Amino acid sequence: MKALEKLNLKQQQVLIVKSKKSNINSGATGWLFASPWIIGLVLFYLLPLVVSIYYSFTSYSILRPGEFIGLQNYKELLVDPLFLKSIYNTVYFAVFYVPLSIICGVALAMMLNMKIKGMTIYRTIFFLPTLVPHVAIAVLWMWLLNPGFGLVNGFLDMIGIKGPAWLGSETWSKPSLIFMSLWGIGQSVVIYLAGLGDISSEYYEAAEVDGANWFQKTFHITLPLLTPVIFFNLVMGIIGAFQQFTLPYTLTQGQGKPANSLTFYVMYLYDNGFKYFRMGYASAMAWVLFVVIMVLTLLIFWSSKRWVHYQGK
Amino acid sequence: MNPTHVKKIKISFAHICLLIASAFFLIPFIWMVSTSLKPIEQVFTFPPEWIPKPFRWDNYSKAIEYIPFWTYLSNTAIITILSTLGVVLTCPLVAYSFAKLKWRGRNVLFALTLAVMMIPGQVTMIPLFLLFNKLGWVGTPYPLIIPQFFGVPFYIFLLRQFFLGLPDSLREAAKMDGASELRVYWQIMLPLAKPAVMAVGLFQLMASWTDFLGPLLYLTNQESYTLSLALQQFQNKQGSEWSLMMAVSTLLTLPIIILFFFLQKTFIKGITFSGIKG
Repeated sequence: MKALEKLNLKQQQVLIVKSKKSNINSGATGWLFASPWIIGLVLFYLLPLVVSIYYSFTSYSILRPGEFIGLQNYKELLVDPLFLKSIYNTVYFAVFYVPLSIICGVALAMMLNMKIKGMTIYRTIFFLPTLVPHVAIAVLWMWLLNPGFGLVNGFLDMIGIKGPAWLGSETWSKPSLIFMSLWGIGQSVVIYLAGLGDISSEYYEAAEVDGANWFQKTFHITLPLLTPVIFFNLVMGIIGAFQQFTLPYTLTQGQGKPANSLTFYVMYLYDNGFKYFRMGYASAMAWVLFVVIMVLTLLIFWSSKRWVHYQGK
Repeated sequence: MNPTHVKKIKISFAHICLLIASAFFLIPFIWMVSTSLKPIEQVFTFPPEWIPKPFRWDNYSKAIEYIPFWTYLSNTAIITILSTLGVVLTCPLVAYSFAKLKWRGRNVLFALTLAVMMIPGQVTMIPLFLLFNKLGWVGTPYPLIIPQFFGVPFYIFLLRQFFLGLPDSLREAAKMDGASELRVYWQIMLPLAKPAVMAVGLFQLMASWTDFLGPLLYLTNQESYTLSLALQQFQNKQGSEWSLMMAVSTLLTLPIIILFFFLQKTFIKGITFSGIKG
């Protein structure tokens, strides 16, 4: 055995010397190092994925073994009013929140990128809300938006406006959620700031020479060169918006009230799976969500050729 | 108007904009802390008052007594520490293997890793729940800890990008001196990757500390609750005890803010890195 090992070692050394860059001998080691993840990948990702497709075609529930029912779950989804409502709510949120978060995020980042005093303090302030756990954000904003004693209505009252019931109103509940989500925008601002820092100052110097004003510089240099970062935040924003759960769940104690105006897609999925134990049905919902997110992501990727500009290209 | 004037006006304008925006981001915080220290009569005054009169520090001790705070804190801390440990142990090792070692099937596996990053958690949520249920782990914190020891695709991806940026020469030199692959990793490459490992560890720490859906699914008995879950339950039962709820919210947020002030650079770098590379 020892001799074999020795021989192996020699061979290995020869090989290393032969081809300096490639490490042919690291095959087994490579597998060994990656082995925890290979197990994890199969056990916690690939198998559940396959099982989930299967469940979506069954009436499986944790309480009783399900039967194979073909496309029944999917057909039922099409006529489930609460399912459709949850889609409406989720799309409503995404359509307003994602563009708003991009506009506000870019605007804030541009302000924070100026060379003025106290910038580190401003930057810290904008980042602080992202450190607050979602459950705490929900509780805090319920209090801020309290119709009777909340700070927001107190402020509106001061300037002579009678504030709405916010989270208690069917019309204002979703705008409230958008509003409080914008409060936690700091993370994307940090990414925009990094993107702004990456833009070479040569562009601005050249524009300066040509006598460009602030407006021209913003719309012809800054924004086009920021598009890769905007693209990243757009994709992440949409994925996040469709998977919204903790905020609306905590705000409404899991009920999506008032009048289901805060029943979001994943909340309804959770209810089906873990409240009504309709796990087959919930799996079908998960797959619909997966497909929708995939299609949207692909669409954005496909469109990105037209509007995303990389520096030096 | 001369140019310096224009510049001064511009800067003042910027400050005004930034101050208004800062108010939007800062006031909710101040309000949270202020409410947490108010006596109950003052909570429900309209128009709202800012300064607690008198300061009721005992709101905090009340809140801590009201829920078994120390139990929940230690539950949260155990889950957070162990899952972060799992991530920091496994993910760099796997990422290193993907970045620097050559083995058959590596590229296919890496492509699969990228692919599963795209799967929304909701798709695997139900089969995973049933798996953990079979193992008898529902009602225990294991489902929130053990998977982290088997790697998280996003972190593996980030760390791989970082390892790719490290030069091969050091590794080759060490190998020439007869160091084993594990030693090269442990004594040379891992220390070099420290900033990235720290960032990933911090991501997991935040994720575990603030997680809500995980504990909601798996921590079914009350003694095993985390603070996030406890706060939500508290709000269910005591919907109008705003000062106590704000106290718990403050206590839940405070450790993260303290951590942030110590590790500010790691926070910002981590986010930037994931944004630019991702």
